[in-house]
Amino acid sequence: MIAIFDYGIGNIHSVRKALEKLGARTVLTCKEDELSAADKIVLPGVGAFDDAMECLERGGAALLKKQAACGKIILGICLGMQVLFCESEEASSHKGLGVLDGRVLKFRGGLKVPHMGWNRIKLGVSGRDCPLLRGIDDGEYVYFCHSYYASPREVPVSAGLTEYGTDFTSVAWKDNVYAVQFHPEKSQGAGLRILRNFIALN
Amino acid sequence: MLTKRIIPCLDIKDGRVVKGVKFLGLKDAGDPVEVAAIYDAQGADELVFLDITASCEKRKTLRPLVERIAEVIYMPFTVGGGITTLEDISALLCAGADKVSLNTAAVLDPGLISGASRKFGAQCIVTAIDARRSGGGWEVTIHGGRTSTGKDAVAWAKEAVERGSGEILLTSMDSDGTENGYDLELTAAVSSAVPVPVIASGGAGCPRHFLDGFISGKADACLAASIFHYRKYSVREVKEYLSANGVEVRLSAG
Repeated sequence: MIAIFDYGIGNIHSVRKALEKLGARTVLTCKEDELSAADKIVLPGVGAFDDAMECLERGGAALLKKQAACGKIILGICLGMQVLFCESEEASSHKGLGVLDGRVLKFRGGLKVPHMGWNRIKLGVSGRDCPLLRGIDDGEYVYFCHSYYASPREVPVSAGLTEYGTDFTSVAWKDNVYAVQFHPEKSQGAGLRILRNFIALN
Repeated sequence: MLTKRIIPCLDIKDGRVVKGVKFLGLKDAGDPVEVAAIYDAQGADELVFLDITASCEKRKTLRPLVERIAEVIYMPFTVGGGITTLEDISALLCAGADKVSLNTAAVLDPGLISGASRKFGAQCIVTAIDARRSGGGWEVTIHGGRTSTGKDAVAWAKEAVERGSGEILLTSMDSDGTENGYDLELTAAVSSAVPVPVIASGGAGCPRHFLDGFISGKADACLAASIFHYRKYSVREVKEYLSANGVEVRLSAG
Protein backbone atom coordinates (compact mmCIF):
# COMPACT_ATOMS: atom_id res chain seq x y z
CA MET A 1 0.00 0.00 0.00
CA ILE A 2 1.27 3.46 -0.95
CA ALA A 3 0.04 6.31 1.23
CA ILE A 4 -0.30 9.63 -0.56
CA PHE A 5 0.03 12.22 2.13
CA ASP A 6 -3.02 14.45 1.83
CA TYR A 7 -2.07 17.48 3.87
CA GLY A 8 -4.55 19.80 2.26
CA ILE A 9 -2.43 21.28 -0.50
CA GLY A 10 -2.40 20.92 -4.27
CA ASN A 11 -3.73 18.58 -6.91
CA ILE A 12 -2.89 15.15 -5.55
CA HIS A 13 -5.42 13.21 -7.59
CA SER A 14 -3.24 12.94 -10.67
CA VAL A 15 -0.45 11.28 -8.67
CA ARG A 16 -2.92 8.76 -7.32
CA LYS A 17 -4.48 8.15 -10.74
CA ALA A 18 -1.06 7.45 -12.28
CA LEU A 19 0.02 5.08 -9.48
CA GLU A 20 -3.26 3.16 -9.70
CA LYS A 21 -3.03 2.89 -13.46
CA LEU A 22 0.33 1.22 -12.88
CA GLY A 23 -1.29 -1.29 -10.55
CA ALA A 24 -0.41 0.14 -7.14
CA ARG A 25 -2.84 0.20 -4.25
CA THR A 26 -3.01 3.69 -2.79
CA VAL A 27 -4.66 5.57 0.02
CA LEU A 28 -5.05 9.33 0.30
CA THR A 29 -4.59 10.10 3.93
CA CYS A 30 -3.30 12.39 6.64
CA LYS A 31 -3.94 9.86 9.42
CA GLU A 32 -0.85 8.83 11.31
CA ASP A 33 -1.83 5.17 11.64
CA GLU A 34 -2.42 4.83 7.89
CA LEU A 35 0.85 6.60 7.07
CA SER A 36 2.71 4.36 9.51
CA ALA A 37 1.10 1.21 8.14
CA ALA A 38 1.86 1.98 4.47
CA ASP A 39 4.88 0.47 2.71
CA LYS A 40 5.70 3.78 1.11
CA ILE A 41 4.71 7.42 1.43
CA VAL A 42 4.35 9.93 -1.40
CA LEU A 43 4.63 13.56 -0.34
CA PRO A 44 3.10 15.66 -3.13
CA GLY A 45 2.64 19.40 -3.10
CA VAL A 46 2.24 22.55 -5.11
CA GLY A 47 2.05 26.12 -3.88
CA ALA A 48 4.06 27.97 -1.28
CA PHE A 49 6.68 26.56 1.12
CA ASP A 50 5.34 28.27 4.25
CA ASP A 51 1.76 27.12 3.57
CA ALA A 52 2.88 23.55 3.04
CA MET A 53 5.00 23.50 6.21
CA GLU A 54 2.17 25.08 8.19
CA CYS A 55 -0.14 22.26 7.07
CA LEU A 56 2.52 19.65 7.84
CA GLU A 57 3.25 21.08 11.27
CA ARG A 58 -0.44 20.83 12.14
CA GLY A 59 -0.13 17.10 11.58
CA GLY A 60 2.39 14.77 10.06
CA ALA A 61 5.74 16.60 10.20
CA ALA A 62 7.04 14.69 13.22
CA LEU A 63 5.70 11.41 11.88
CA LEU A 64 7.31 11.92 8.47
CA LYS A 65 10.68 12.61 10.05
CA LYS A 66 10.36 9.52 12.21
CA GLN A 67 9.25 7.33 9.29
CA ALA A 68 12.13 8.59 7.16
CA ALA A 69 14.58 7.82 9.95
CA CYS A 70 13.14 4.30 10.35
CA GLY A 71 13.73 3.47 6.69
CA LYS A 72 10.26 3.98 5.20
CA ILE A 73 10.49 4.64 1.47
CA ILE A 74 9.45 8.22 0.81
CA LEU A 75 9.01 10.08 -2.48
CA GLY A 76 8.71 13.87 -2.43
CA ILE A 77 7.31 15.50 -5.57
CA CYS A 78 7.84 19.18 -6.52
CA LEU A 79 7.12 21.22 -3.37
CA GLY A 80 7.02 17.86 -1.60
CA MET A 81 10.72 17.53 -2.53
CA GLN A 82 11.56 21.00 -1.29
CA VAL A 83 10.00 20.61 2.16
CA LEU A 84 12.20 17.54 2.77
CA PHE A 85 15.20 19.90 2.95
CA CYS A 86 16.22 22.11 5.90
CA GLU A 87 15.16 25.57 4.77
CA SER A 88 14.02 27.63 1.78
CA GLU A 89 14.66 31.11 0.44
CA GLU A 90 10.93 31.22 -0.27
CA ALA A 91 10.03 30.81 3.40
CA SER A 92 9.59 33.69 5.80
CA SER A 93 8.39 31.80 8.84
CA HIS A 94 8.94 28.06 8.52
CA LYS A 95 11.86 25.64 8.41
CA GLY A 96 11.73 22.51 6.28
CA LEU A 97 11.54 18.94 7.57
CA GLY A 98 15.32 18.50 7.39
CA VAL A 99 15.08 14.90 6.21
CA LEU A 100 17.63 15.80 3.52
CA ASP A 101 20.51 18.18 4.24
CA GLY A 102 20.54 21.32 2.13
CA ARG A 103 18.67 24.49 1.22
CA VAL A 104 16.03 25.50 -1.31
CA LEU A 105 17.08 28.42 -3.52
CA LYS A 106 15.41 30.81 -5.95
CA PHE A 107 16.35 30.88 -9.64
CA ARG A 108 18.46 33.95 -10.41
CA GLY A 109 19.80 35.75 -13.43
CA GLY A 110 16.88 37.11 -15.41
CA LEU A 111 15.36 33.71 -16.20
CA LYS A 112 11.65 33.35 -16.78
CA VAL A 113 10.15 31.97 -13.59
CA PRO A 114 8.34 29.62 -13.02
CA HIS A 115 10.65 27.19 -14.81
CA MET A 116 7.73 25.69 -16.67
CA GLY A 117 7.80 22.98 -19.29
CA TRP A 118 9.82 19.97 -20.44
CA ASN A 119 13.49 19.78 -19.64
CA ARG A 120 16.15 17.06 -19.53
CA ILE A 121 17.40 14.99 -16.61
CA LYS A 122 21.13 14.43 -16.73
CA LEU A 123 22.26 11.55 -14.56
CA GLY A 124 24.36 12.73 -11.60
CA VAL A 125 27.14 10.82 -9.88
CA SER A 126 24.68 8.47 -8.20
CA GLY A 127 22.21 8.52 -11.10
CA ARG A 128 23.22 5.20 -12.63
CA ASP A 129 22.76 3.46 -9.30
CA CYS A 130 19.50 5.16 -8.38
CA PRO A 131 16.71 2.57 -8.57
CA LEU A 132 14.16 5.30 -9.22
CA LEU A 133 15.93 6.12 -12.51
CA ARG A 134 16.30 2.55 -13.77
CA GLY A 135 15.62 2.49 -17.52
CA ILE A 136 15.68 6.29 -17.77
CA ASP A 137 18.09 7.50 -20.44
CA ASP A 138 20.56 10.28 -19.75
CA GLY A 139 18.83 13.36 -21.17
CA GLU A 140 15.25 12.12 -20.84
CA TYR A 141 12.60 14.85 -20.83
CA VAL A 142 10.25 15.41 -17.88
CA TYR A 143 7.78 18.17 -16.97
CA PHE A 144 8.71 20.92 -14.52
CA CYS A 145 6.72 23.72 -12.94
CA HIS A 146 8.51 25.50 -10.08
CA SER A 147 10.26 28.71 -9.04
CA TYR A 148 12.67 27.32 -6.43
CA TYR A 149 15.04 24.35 -6.40
CA ALA A 150 16.74 22.25 -3.76
CA SER A 151 20.49 22.36 -3.33
CA PRO A 152 21.63 19.30 -1.37
CA ARG A 153 24.69 19.73 0.84
CA GLU A 154 26.14 16.37 -0.17
CA VAL A 155 26.97 15.97 -3.87
CA PRO A 156 26.06 12.25 -4.12
CA VAL A 157 22.46 13.08 -3.15
CA SER A 158 22.04 14.64 -6.62
CA ALA A 159 21.04 11.61 -8.65
CA GLY A 160 19.68 13.76 -11.46
CA LEU A 161 20.51 17.28 -12.62
CA THR A 162 18.67 19.69 -14.89
CA GLU A 163 20.00 22.83 -16.54
CA TYR A 164 18.07 26.04 -16.15
CA GLY A 165 20.53 28.91 -15.76
CA THR A 166 22.39 26.57 -13.43
CA ASP A 167 22.58 22.79 -13.05
CA PHE A 168 20.11 22.14 -10.26
CA THR A 169 19.18 18.88 -8.53
CA SER A 170 16.04 17.49 -10.15
CA VAL A 171 16.32 14.04 -8.55
CA ALA A 172 17.59 13.62 -4.98
CA TRP A 173 18.24 10.26 -3.40
CA LYS A 174 19.58 9.28 -0.03
CA ASP A 175 19.01 5.75 1.23
CA ASN A 176 15.24 5.34 1.53
CA VAL A 177 14.37 8.94 0.68
CA TYR A 178 13.71 9.95 -2.94
CA ALA A 179 12.65 13.32 -4.25
CA VAL A 180 11.92 14.72 -7.70
CA GLN A 181 11.45 18.37 -8.63
CA PHE A 182 9.46 17.54 -11.75
CA HIS A 183 6.01 15.95 -11.98
CA PRO A 184 6.35 12.28 -12.94
CA GLU A 185 2.56 11.99 -13.07
CA LYS A 186 2.57 14.61 -15.85
CA SER A 187 5.64 13.43 -17.74
CA GLN A 188 4.02 10.88 -20.03
CA GLY A 189 6.11 7.70 -20.65
CA ALA A 190 9.26 8.76 -18.77
CA GLY A 191 7.24 9.84 -15.76
CA LEU A 192 5.23 6.63 -15.65
CA ARG A 193 8.49 4.66 -15.85
CA ILE A 194 9.80 6.51 -12.78
CA LEU A 195 6.57 5.84 -10.89
CA ARG A 196 6.74 2.17 -11.89
CA ASN A 197 10.29 2.08 -10.49
CA PHE A 198 9.00 3.65 -7.30
CA ILE A 199 6.26 1.03 -6.97
CA ALA A 200 8.89 -1.70 -7.43
CA LEU A 201 11.20 -0.38 -4.68
CA ASN A 202 11.45 -2.48 -1.55
CA MET B 1 17.72 23.20 -21.73
CA LEU B 2 14.06 24.05 -21.29
CA THR B 3 12.25 23.15 -24.49
CA LYS B 4 9.74 25.28 -26.33
CA ARG B 5 6.24 23.91 -25.83
CA ILE B 6 3.59 23.07 -28.41
CA ILE B 7 0.11 23.25 -26.94
CA PRO B 8 -3.00 22.12 -28.79
CA CYS B 9 -6.07 24.00 -27.62
CA LEU B 10 -9.48 22.42 -27.36
CA ASP B 11 -12.23 25.02 -27.58
CA ILE B 12 -15.30 23.37 -26.13
CA LYS B 13 -18.95 24.18 -26.73
CA ASP B 14 -21.80 21.95 -25.60
CA GLY B 15 -19.35 19.14 -24.88
CA ARG B 16 -17.76 19.14 -28.36
CA VAL B 17 -14.48 20.53 -29.68
CA VAL B 18 -15.26 23.48 -31.97
CA LYS B 19 -13.22 25.91 -34.01
CA GLY B 20 -14.19 29.25 -35.52
CA VAL B 21 -12.62 32.20 -37.28
CA LYS B 22 -12.08 35.29 -35.13
CA PHE B 23 -14.21 33.56 -32.48
CA LEU B 24 -17.24 33.22 -34.84
CA GLY B 25 -18.62 30.64 -37.31
CA LEU B 26 -18.00 27.61 -35.08
CA LYS B 27 -17.45 24.22 -36.71
CA ASP B 28 -17.42 20.83 -34.99
CA ALA B 29 -13.93 19.35 -34.57
CA GLY B 30 -14.59 16.18 -32.60
CA ASP B 31 -15.07 14.56 -29.21
CA PRO B 32 -12.82 16.21 -26.58
CA VAL B 33 -11.69 12.96 -24.98
CA GLU B 34 -10.75 11.41 -28.33
CA VAL B 35 -8.98 14.58 -29.46
CA ALA B 36 -7.07 14.78 -26.16
CA ALA B 37 -5.89 11.17 -26.50
CA ILE B 38 -4.69 11.79 -30.06
CA TYR B 39 -2.63 14.81 -28.99
CA ASP B 40 -1.22 12.87 -26.06
CA ALA B 41 0.00 10.17 -28.48
CA GLN B 42 1.45 12.80 -30.85
CA GLY B 43 3.66 14.17 -28.06
CA ALA B 44 1.87 17.42 -27.29
CA ASP B 45 3.57 19.16 -24.38
CA GLU B 46 0.40 20.38 -22.68
CA LEU B 47 -3.27 20.79 -23.45
CA VAL B 48 -5.53 23.79 -22.97
CA PHE B 49 -9.25 23.25 -22.62
CA LEU B 50 -11.38 26.38 -22.97
CA ASP B 51 -15.13 26.43 -22.55
CA ILE B 52 -15.53 29.28 -24.99
CA THR B 53 -19.19 29.97 -24.39
CA ALA B 54 -18.94 29.97 -20.64
CA SER B 55 -18.38 33.66 -20.02
CA CYS B 56 -21.28 34.98 -22.03
CA GLU B 57 -23.77 32.31 -21.06
CA LYS B 58 -22.67 32.51 -17.43
CA ARG B 59 -22.56 28.83 -16.92
CA LYS B 60 -19.87 26.72 -15.34
CA THR B 61 -17.22 24.76 -17.17
CA LEU B 62 -18.23 21.17 -17.54
CA ARG B 63 -16.44 19.56 -14.67
CA PRO B 64 -17.31 15.97 -15.61
CA LEU B 65 -15.74 16.49 -19.02
CA VAL B 66 -12.55 17.73 -17.37
CA GLU B 67 -12.53 14.58 -15.27
CA ARG B 68 -12.94 12.38 -18.36
CA ILE B 69 -10.12 14.15 -20.20
CA ALA B 70 -7.84 13.93 -17.15
CA GLU B 71 -8.44 10.17 -17.12
CA VAL B 72 -6.79 9.65 -20.50
CA ILE B 73 -3.83 12.03 -20.50
CA TYR B 74 -0.61 12.14 -18.50
CA MET B 75 0.52 15.61 -19.35
CA PRO B 76 -0.22 19.04 -17.93
CA PHE B 77 -3.63 20.37 -18.57
CA THR B 78 -5.09 23.90 -18.32
CA VAL B 79 -8.80 24.66 -18.03
CA GLY B 80 -10.51 27.97 -18.67
CA GLY B 81 -13.88 29.50 -19.43
CA GLY B 82 -16.34 31.03 -17.04
CA ILE B 83 -14.13 30.81 -13.96
CA THR B 84 -15.20 33.54 -11.56
CA THR B 85 -14.49 32.34 -8.01
CA LEU B 86 -11.88 30.56 -5.92
CA GLU B 87 -14.42 27.75 -5.49
CA ASP B 88 -14.55 27.31 -9.30
CA ILE B 89 -10.76 27.04 -9.36
CA SER B 90 -10.67 24.57 -6.51
CA ALA B 91 -13.30 22.37 -8.20
CA LEU B 92 -11.41 22.31 -11.51
CA LEU B 93 -8.05 21.54 -9.89
CA CYS B 94 -9.73 18.70 -8.00
CA ALA B 95 -11.31 17.45 -11.25
CA GLY B 96 -7.79 16.93 -12.63
CA ALA B 97 -6.71 20.27 -14.11
CA ASP B 98 -3.15 21.36 -13.36
CA LYS B 99 -3.73 25.02 -14.12
CA VAL B 100 -6.68 27.30 -14.65
CA SER B 101 -6.87 30.18 -17.05
CA LEU B 102 -8.65 33.37 -15.99
CA ASN B 103 -9.86 35.87 -18.55
CA THR B 104 -13.03 38.00 -18.31
CA ALA B 105 -13.48 37.61 -14.57
CA ALA B 106 -9.88 38.66 -13.91
CA VAL B 107 -10.32 41.85 -15.95
CA LEU B 108 -13.54 42.69 -14.10
CA ASP B 109 -11.99 41.82 -10.73
CA PRO B 110 -8.17 41.72 -10.83
CA GLY B 111 -8.23 40.70 -7.16
CA LEU B 112 -9.29 37.24 -8.35
CA ILE B 113 -5.74 36.69 -9.65
CA SER B 114 -4.18 37.77 -6.37
CA GLY B 115 -6.49 35.61 -4.29
CA ALA B 116 -6.11 32.59 -6.54
CA SER B 117 -2.33 32.88 -6.63
CA ARG B 118 -2.13 33.12 -2.83
CA LYS B 119 -4.39 30.13 -2.36
CA PHE B 120 -3.24 27.79 -5.12
CA GLY B 121 0.22 29.11 -6.13
CA ALA B 122 1.33 31.20 -9.10
CA GLN B 123 2.27 28.09 -11.08
CA CYS B 124 -1.36 27.14 -11.66
CA ILE B 125 -2.81 30.59 -12.39
CA VAL B 126 -2.70 31.48 -16.08
CA THR B 127 -4.06 34.83 -17.19
CA ALA B 128 -5.57 34.64 -20.66
CA ILE B 129 -5.59 37.90 -22.59
CA ASP B 130 -7.58 38.40 -25.80
CA ALA B 131 -5.98 41.42 -27.47
CA ARG B 132 -6.97 43.42 -30.53
CA ARG B 133 -4.87 45.99 -32.39
CA SER B 134 -5.96 49.49 -31.53
CA GLY B 135 -4.11 52.70 -32.34
CA GLY B 136 -0.40 51.97 -31.95
CA GLY B 137 -0.94 49.19 -29.41
CA TRP B 138 -3.29 46.40 -28.38
CA GLU B 139 -6.50 46.60 -26.41
CA VAL B 140 -7.79 43.91 -24.06
CA THR B 141 -11.18 42.47 -25.01
CA ILE B 142 -13.42 40.26 -22.86
CA HIS B 143 -16.51 38.08 -23.22
CA GLY B 144 -14.87 36.09 -26.00
CA GLY B 145 -13.82 39.22 -27.85
CA ARG B 146 -17.23 40.85 -27.82
CA THR B 147 -16.50 43.60 -25.31
CA SER B 148 -13.71 46.18 -25.53
CA THR B 149 -12.20 47.33 -22.25
CA GLY B 150 -9.91 50.24 -23.10
CA LYS B 151 -7.14 48.42 -21.19
CA ASP B 152 -3.68 48.19 -22.77
CA ALA B 153 -2.73 44.52 -23.24
CA VAL B 154 0.94 44.92 -22.30
CA ALA B 155 0.12 46.88 -19.15
CA TRP B 156 -2.55 44.35 -18.19
CA ALA B 157 -0.13 41.46 -18.67
CA LYS B 158 2.33 43.16 -16.32
CA GLU B 159 -0.36 43.77 -13.73
CA ALA B 160 -1.56 40.17 -13.94
CA VAL B 161 1.98 38.93 -13.27
CA GLU B 162 2.47 41.38 -10.40
CA ARG B 163 -0.72 40.02 -8.90
CA GLY B 164 0.67 36.49 -9.02
CA SER B 165 -0.13 34.98 -12.38
CA GLY B 166 2.55 32.43 -13.34
CA GLU B 167 1.90 32.42 -17.07
CA ILE B 168 0.23 34.52 -19.78
CA LEU B 169 -1.88 32.99 -22.55
CA LEU B 170 -1.94 35.70 -25.18
CA THR B 171 -4.44 35.49 -28.04
CA SER B 172 -4.49 37.89 -30.94
CA MET B 173 -8.12 38.53 -31.83
CA ASP B 174 -7.03 39.84 -35.21
CA SER B 175 -5.19 36.63 -36.09
CA ASP B 176 -7.35 33.99 -34.40
CA GLY B 177 -8.46 31.29 -36.82
CA THR B 178 -7.02 33.05 -39.86
CA GLU B 179 -4.02 30.67 -40.18
CA ASN B 180 -1.94 33.66 -41.27
CA GLY B 181 0.50 33.48 -38.36
CA TYR B 182 0.73 34.83 -34.81
CA ASP B 183 0.75 38.56 -34.13
CA LEU B 184 4.51 38.58 -33.60
CA GLU B 185 4.76 42.19 -32.49
CA LEU B 186 2.12 41.67 -29.82
CA THR B 187 3.74 38.45 -28.63
CA ALA B 188 7.22 39.99 -28.47
CA ALA B 189 5.91 43.10 -26.69
CA VAL B 190 4.24 41.06 -23.95
CA SER B 191 6.97 38.42 -23.70
CA SER B 192 9.63 41.11 -23.23
CA ALA B 193 7.53 42.93 -20.65
CA VAL B 194 6.87 40.07 -18.20
CA PRO B 195 9.20 37.70 -16.29
CA VAL B 196 6.90 34.66 -16.67
CA PRO B 197 6.34 32.32 -19.64
CA VAL B 198 4.12 33.62 -22.46
CA ILE B 199 2.02 31.34 -24.67
CA ALA B 200 1.40 32.77 -28.15
CA SER B 201 -2.06 32.05 -29.54
CA GLY B 202 -4.14 32.90 -32.58
CA GLY B 203 -3.19 32.44 -36.21
CA ALA B 204 -0.96 29.36 -36.52
CA GLY B 205 -1.49 27.79 -39.96
CA CYS B 206 1.82 26.10 -40.82
CA PRO B 207 5.02 25.02 -39.02
CA ARG B 208 6.81 28.21 -40.09
CA HIS B 209 4.38 30.24 -37.97
CA PHE B 210 5.50 28.36 -34.83
CA LEU B 211 9.14 29.06 -35.69
CA ASP B 212 8.32 32.76 -36.10
CA GLY B 213 6.39 32.73 -32.81
CA PHE B 214 9.41 31.40 -30.93
CA ILE B 215 12.10 33.44 -32.69
CA SER B 216 10.52 36.81 -33.58
CA GLY B 217 7.67 36.58 -31.07
CA LYS B 218 9.97 35.42 -28.22
CA ALA B 219 7.19 33.07 -27.09
CA ASP B 220 7.89 30.34 -24.55
CA ALA B 221 5.08 28.18 -25.89
CA CYS B 222 2.87 28.22 -28.98
CA LEU B 223 -0.78 27.26 -28.86
CA ALA B 224 -2.83 26.21 -31.86
CA ALA B 225 -6.17 24.63 -32.61
CA SER B 226 -7.34 24.37 -36.22
CA ILE B 227 -3.98 23.32 -37.70
CA PHE B 228 -4.12 20.23 -35.46
CA HIS B 229 -7.87 19.57 -35.35
CA TYR B 230 -8.20 19.27 -39.10
CA ARG B 231 -5.05 17.05 -39.27
CA LYS B 232 -3.29 19.50 -41.55
CA TYR B 233 -0.15 18.84 -39.51
CA SER B 234 0.46 16.65 -36.49
CA VAL B 235 2.15 17.96 -33.36
CA ARG B 236 5.11 15.74 -34.21
CA GLU B 237 5.46 17.21 -37.74
CA VAL B 238 5.52 20.73 -36.31
CA LYS B 239 8.12 19.69 -33.75
CA GLU B 240 10.31 18.00 -36.35
CA TYR B 241 10.26 21.19 -38.42
CA LEU B 242 11.18 23.27 -35.38
CA SER B 243 13.99 20.90 -34.41
CA ALA B 244 15.40 20.99 -37.95
CA ASN B 245 15.40 24.78 -37.66
CA GLY B 246 17.32 24.90 -34.41
CA VAL B 247 14.51 25.23 -31.87
CA GLU B 248 14.85 22.87 -28.90
CA VAL B 249 11.69 20.77 -28.62
CA ARG B 250 10.86 17.44 -27.00
CA LEU B 251 10.62 14.81 -29.72
CA SER B 252 10.19 11.73 -27.54
CA ALA B 253 6.53 10.99 -26.94
CA GLY B 254 4.12 8.59 -25.37
